Parts: sequence; structure tokens; C-alpha cells
Amino acid sequence: MGNLGHFMVILAFVSALVSAVSYFYYTRASELEKPSWKNFSRITFYIHGFAAISIAVCLFEIIYNHRFEYFYAYSHSSKGLPVHYMISSFWEGQEGAFILWIFWDVVLGLIIIRTNKFWEGPVMLVFTLVQAFLVSMILGVVIGDLKIGSSPFMLLRDVSEAPIFQINPDFVPEDGTGLNPLLQNIWMVIHPPTLFLGYASTLVPFAFLMAGLTLKRYSEWIRPALPWAIFSAMILGMGIIMGAYWAYVTLNFGGYWNWDPVENAVYVPWLIMVAAIHTMITFKKSSTALKTAMILVISSFILVLYATFLVRSGVLGDSSVHSFTDLGLSGQLLIYMLFFLAIAVFLTVKEWKHIPTSEKEASVYSREFWIFIGATTLALMAFQVIVPTSIPVYNAIVEMFGGLSNLAPPADQIGFYTKFQLWFAVALALLTGVGQYFWWNKMSKEDLKNALVTPYIISMVLAAIIITVGKVYDITYIVIVLSGAFTIVANFTILVKLLKRKTFKLAGGSFAHIGLGMILIGIMFSSGYSDTISINMSGLTYKKDWEDNLNKENVLLWINKPLQMKDYDVVYRGRYKKVVGVPDYVKADAMESLDGVNEALALENIKVADKVYFQKGDTLKLVLEENSYFKVEYFQEDDYKFTLYPMSQPNPTMGLISSPDSKRYLTKDLYTHVSAINDYEEPEWNDDQFINAAPGEQFFINDFVTQFESADVVKEMDGVPLEEGDIAVQAVLTIMDYDVKKTLTPVFLIRGSQVGKVEYIDQDLGIKVEVDNIVPEENKFVFKVNTYQKDYVVMKAAVKPMINVLWLGTIIMLIGFSIAIFRRFDEFKKMKDKGLE
Amino acid sequence: MKRGHILGLSFIAVAIVIIITSIGDASTYENFSTAKSMALNGKTEAIHVVGQLKKGQNGEVEGIELGEDKTSFIFIMVDNDGKEQQVYYNEPVPADFIRSEQVVVIGTYKTEEMFVAEKILMKCPSKYQETDVKPSTS
Repeated sequence: MGNLGHFMVILAFVSALVSAVSYFYYTRASELEKPSWKNFSRITFYIHGFAAISIAVCLFEIIYNHRFEYFYAYSHSSKGLPVHYMISSFWEGQEGAFILWIFWDVVLGLIIIRTNKFWEGPVMLVFTLVQAFLVSMILGVVIGDLKIGSSPFMLLRDVSEAPIFQINPDFVPEDGTGLNPLLQNIWMVIHPPTLFLGYASTLVPFAFLMAGLTLKRYSEWIRPALPWAIFSAMILGMGIIMGAYWAYVTLNFGGYWNWDPVENAVYVPWLIMVAAIHTMITFKKSSTALKTAMILVISSFILVLYATFLVRSGVLGDSSVHSFTDLGLSGQLLIYMLFFLAIAVFLTVKEWKHIPTSEKEASVYSREFWIFIGATTLALMAFQVIVPTSIPVYNAIVEMFGGLSNLAPPADQIGFYTKFQLWFAVALALLTGVGQYFWWNKMSKEDLKNALVTPYIISMVLAAIIITVGKVYDITYIVIVLSGAFTIVANFTILVKLLKRKTFKLAGGSFAHIGLGMILIGIMFSSGYSDTISINMSGLTYKKDWEDNLNKENVLLWINKPLQMKDYDVVYRGRYKKVVGVPDYVKADAMESLDGVNEALALENIKVADKVYFQKGDTLKLVLEENSYFKVEYFQEDDYKFTLYPMSQPNPTMGLISSPDSKRYLTKDLYTHVSAINDYEEPEWNDDQFINAAPGEQFFINDFVTQFESADVVKEMDGVPLEEGDIAVQAVLTIMDYDVKKTLTPVFLIRGSQVGKVEYIDQDLGIKVEVDNIVPEENKFVFKVNTYQKDYVVMKAAVKPMINVLWLGTIIMLIGFSIAIFRRFDEFKKMKDKGLE
Repeated sequence: MKRGHILGLSFIAVAIVIIITSIGDASTYENFSTAKSMALNGKTEAIHVVGQLKKGQNGEVEGIELGEDKTSFIFIMVDNDGKEQQVYYNEPVPADFIRSEQVVVIGTYKTEEMFVAEKILMKCPSKYQETDVKPSTS
């Protein structure tokens, strides 16, 4: 399989190169020779596509069939993984991610071949060149000291230096090391393909632009490129939002956006792409801003490559939370980026003089002016993010020339970026409101005033309501609410007008801008008014005075012990597991782990609401055994409200991996996250303690008042009848732990002359007890007791208000993009059908 | 002057402001000695220090003290110049902390003895370098 895969990689690489050469000759060929060149080019591209898809199939086959002799399967997958997570394993590694990218390019290329007549040659030339570069990333060819690409089809024994391979070269590990548990999330199955489709699709407008420049059709490229540019912005935007949502629901970053370099690296090309769309639309309407549009289209494509370079070359080093390792591809990535940058700059500069410009000055009352300002703002936003994000690159450059630079990214990234991006976003919101009016109506000064008065008043009222109800008293936040409300109202009025005229397909812009307004308000509330309710109120005075100034954002919850957190009282109730076929979580001590993957033995009947799902002694199938769910009950004024189950997994290679659980209300989310847990898998029991007691007496274990209820002679143990002549005495101890009554039943067994002691362990309370001896003369029992910490969890909880406004806003924005794509593609198709393109 | 020029100039002006503030707000990489002298001179902004956890002879991490309520902890870090320093972090011990081969603390000295980290970044042995394949027992 691996050899086939590797062969396909080489085939894909060679066919991409051949196809590129062939498309090059096709664009140069005379009319007479064109058809044969075209056929040949297409065939080579089809071969390339076939090879690319085969690479993906081969790699997935290796993962799916657990071929752990391959490094990729060994290090990214394991036997316990369900199929949908195997898909995530596929692109966990960088090689898989490149394959995904290659795959999308092939799909896009095939669509381009099918939908374009006139543009096919030069556009596909750019495509095939890009493909050649991308495939080279997974080529895995070593020439002397030069390593080209990193192949996903390497055998483990060729990569690993583990001594086992010297003893037995054919050694195949039993199981892989598994998928990063943070990626075991449904959003991580669909987020990377979306993002990479976004990455891949930025190539399309770029390729059309390059085609336009080489064919000296300086403005015609816009029409076919525009639907693709909008598509690209939509998919990239969707990818970003999915990533943000994934971070929100699974990550302990404490939010959806962290201004981490990896996030910034996608955000910047997206902003530029959106700016490019706006200038392209302006150009279509009024023949201005063509040069700006060109520069922006080139920038968005190059920035995607730059983002890839930043994230995957290892240059970010220790400045990013996401650590991708250097696969030795940084040089290759750099050449890839510089190659296309050079071509783009060369062609643009060469043709610069011939690019038509409009000499007339844009009036303040023209839409071009406002849209241009909007695009400029977007570009500045992008610039503000990319400059500090690139700090590690400056250091690398300085060091390359032998200097020493100790510049580090801003310490408080969120504060730093927010203080700029916030005001830019406010400006954008206002611009969209005004800009949309100019767009649909030719305006004079008077008209503008009249047109804007109504939305202005409505938005003021709306903002006033939001401010009063939401108790927004911070001046910055008030401005955000005002501008957000203005965008929503102004664009909504336009939308209503358009819908009255029954021109739904023109409504894309209005939708997208309403979405922007909602996103802005949603972000303001959910981040600005995010309220950490788990502030430590234990009243502990700290030893060190400077500690007083630090807010403890985590609280320690002992099992069953209620704790007040602002408006809530919370109680931690122990660990639970997910069992296949049981609708609710199942308590972890109701089962015992078996040897098989994700298998456990039921120690008692598993029932939910009196319905028994499994009998004692049944084998249970667990959903990812490593995951524990920590049951946390929330009360308000003594009334039970709801229960959350934040997840945590003590991972052998990554430490504690946690995933929050949230209570979702329409207007807010209550977010609960486990920060630390009690390691009770291998507890270090305290020294033996011996207690003498008679039935009916009370004593203390681990500070718990323990009642020795009775000592009973039992006939069976664990459902198994005892042998003839056996004497078994079961001591019944009860402990009240707050509102929970625990019964501990150690057994003392006499079989012939042998004594068996069956200990009883309560993990929650951290108690191990056994009957050490019975003294019949005194009617006393001797208990041997070991104690450990009682179970606890350290957690963090926060209320995120209005987060749903943010998610709803993003959905509306995506709908807006979709409508716009439909409209622009329709325009292009009409022109094509007329035979004009 | 044409409006286009004014626009262009204000664009450049904003860009310059952005660059200046980026550099102004940028933090720096320091070692514990320079960080301490900065703090003594009244510079309290957060800086980055790169180093490792203090390890004993058997390679175990030494000197981690959990706070009383387990919501904070203190550890000993050795910077790249070999200087040892106690660092306080106001969060539970992060995942992977013990295994990290490099840590970056972002913070400042609050007292002469104690460096308080606002944020910790860890570099962990990557899966790509995970060449330690354990033979299975079965």
C-alpha cells in the first residue's frame, strides 16, 4: 500500500509538471494546434487528479486497516478510534493536511475545466504549477543532503530509532499512539477540510488574475473570478468560525478567539479577500479601483501561503499554543511562496502601465468612495494583525544575518489586538450602513440626510434598549452597540426595500452586513461581559501579600460538598462514563475496566430512570474509555437547576486534556471547565490504621463519622454462592457525606484454616477498609483502614452572555455570501453562454 | 491637494501608528537576571523568559508545590543561562506541564524572590520525535 501510495505521489508530481508544460504550450499555440494541446493537457491533468485521489485513498486505507507498520498510522491513529475520528487522524499530520489541500485543488481544477472555455489554458497553468509545489511537500525524496518533502508513507522502522527494530526489524506495534484527544471532536472532522477548501479556493481568483495579465485582458478576468472570490471568502470564513466554535466547545483556551498566531494567519487572508471582493464589485459597477483589486487578490493568495509558512515551518517556535513541528519543509514553503510572489509582481509591474485607471476623482457622495474606504479599513485591520504576528519572522531574519533580536510578541495578545480591531470594526460597521445606501441610490447631500434619518433614529432606539436591558455602561461598549445596531437597522431597511422589489438575489450584501452587526454585538457581550463565576471565595488568606491582587479563577470542589459560586451553589458528584446503548452517563465505579479496547464489566445493574439497560456482570462497550465526565450539579436558592458533565482525560502523552460542558440558554451560556482532577487511578494510600469497634458503635475514618451498622453472615459473594463449610462475615459500615449515604461492606471469609479478607474501596471518599480480624470474645471487629484524598475537581465556570447572537450573526453572514455567489456566478454564466468568455 | 492624496497620506499615517505601537507593545525575551533588574528599576510590564523545569538526577521534575486549594502552584525554572528561579502561576498545573521540554513564562517579578507568570507556554516532545516505541507485552 505504501509503495503504491508513494508511486502515486511521484505520478502526481510528474503529471502536474507535464500538465503545466503542456498548458504553457497550449496558451502559446496557434489556433490550429490548440485542440490537440488542450486534449493532451486535460489528459495529463486527469491523470494528476487520479493520482492525487489515489494518494488520499492509500493513506486512508493505511489508517483504516490499522497498518501500524506505517509511521503515519502509528503516530496518528489507534484501534479504539471510531471511523469518523480516523478521518481526523488523516489530517492530523501535516502530510495529510497537504494531501487534503492537493485534493481540493484537483476538485477546483476540474470545475474550472468544465465551466470555462476561454480561460482554461492560463488558469490551469497556474493551477498545475501550484499542484507541483504542493505535491513536492509530500514527495519524500532525498538527494544527498537535500530532502524534498516529507512522505506520509514512511515505515515506522525507517523513522524510529527504537532498539526493538534492531532486534526484530519486522516488529509491528500492537496499537498506535492515537489521535490527539483535543481533536476528537466532530468539529475537528469538518473544520480542516473546510479551511483547506478555503485555502485552495484563494488560488482561483489569483489564477484568473494571472490569466488576465498574461492575456492582456486587464478587466475581463473579474467576472469569472468574482463568484470564486466570494466563494473563497465564504468558505474561509466558515472554516474560521468552525475553528472558533471548536475552540469554544472543546478547548481550554477559555473562548472562541485567542489571537493566537495560527488563528491570525487565517484571519488576515480572509480580511484581504473580503476587501478584494468589495473593490472587484466597485470595478464592475464603475471601472475604478482595478489596480487595488489586483493587489488585494494577489495579497490574499500570497498571505495564505505566508500563513502556511508561519504555521508549518516552525518559525513561530514558542510563540504559539498550537505547536506544529518543523518537518524540514520551511525552505520548500518559502520557495513556493516567493516563486508565486515573484511571478505576480513581475506580471503586474510589467503590465502596470496598460492597466486602465479612471482619472476622475471619486466624490464623497459616491459609493466608490465609501467602499474604497471600507476596503482600506479592512486592509489596515489585516496589516495591524500581521505586523506583530510576524515578530518571530523578524527575529529569524535578524538572526540569519548574525544579529540578535529579543523581540517577543505582545504579552497580553487579546488586549493588544482588541484595542485596535475593535475600533476598526466599529468603523466598518458604520461604513457598511452608509455605504449600502450609496450603493443602491445615487445620493446628493440632501437625499443622504433624508434617507439616513429614519434608520438612524430606529438604531438609536434599538441601541438604547440593548444598553438598558444589557446594562452596558462602558463607553467603548456603548459605541459598539450603537454602531452594530446602526449596521443592522440600515442594512435591514435596504433589505426590505430589495425584497419589496422581489430581487432576492441582490440581497447578499445586506445579509452579510446584518450578520457583521450581530457578530459585533455578540462579541462585545460574550467577551466584554464574560463573567467568571468561579472566583475563589473560600476566604483563605494567602501567605504572600501580592497574591491578594490575583483573582483565583478556579475553585476546588470536594465531592458532595456544596460550594457557592455567585448566584449558584454547585456540588460535584463524581466521575461518569459514556456507555454505548445507555442514554445517560454511568457512574465510573459501577464498572471495572477490561482488557479489550473500550470494554468494561458492569459491577451492578446499569439503569436509568428504573429501566435496566445492562445486568450486573455484562460487558459494557464504552465510548472512548479514557474520557471521564465529571458530574456537577447546579442549584439556585436550594432548587436544583441543571447538571453539567465537563469532560477530562488524563492522557499518557499529553497530560490532562479537558473539554468544557455548557448549559445553553437563549441569552447566555454557562461554561464549565475542569482544570485539575484527583489522580485516583493509582492512589498513594496512607499508612495502615487499625480500629477496634463493635456493631452499633461509631468511629472516624478520614474525618467521616462512620456508623458500624451490623455484621452479618452472608451466603454468597458477588452473586457466587460460597462453598460448603465457608464462613463469611460482612461488616456494614455507613458514612454520611453531606447528603449522600455511603455503605461500605468489607467481608471476612474463613475457608477451612485459611482466612480471606475482601477489602472495600470507595474511590469517591478515598477510603479502603478491610476486616483485619474478629475478636469473638469481646464481640469486636478490627478494621484495617487506609485513606487517601477524597475525590475532588478543580474547575472554572463562566457565564458568556449573548453568545448566540454571535453564532446567529455568522450564519446570517454566510447566507449573505451564498446569495452573492449565486448572483455572480449567474452573471458569469450568462456571459459565457453568449459566447463572450 | 487631491482627496486621493489625503486618503493615501492618512492610510500611511495609520500604518505607521500601527507599526510603532506594535513595536512599543511588543514584549521581549529576557533571562531571569535581566528580568529581575528590569523589575527593580520599576519596569513592570510582562516579559518572556525561556527555560526548562528543574530536574533531579533521575530526570524527575523537582520543586513543584501545589497551592493549598490546588488552584495555583509554584515551580522552579532554570533559564537558558542556568539560573534557577521560583515561579508562581495562578492556575492549576497545566496539562503536559511535567513532560514539557521547554517552557516560556510570560510575567514579571512581584517580589525579589518570586517571578509571577501570567501565562505559560510549553513545548512538548512532539509526536514526530516520538521514536521511543515500546514493545507490546502480548
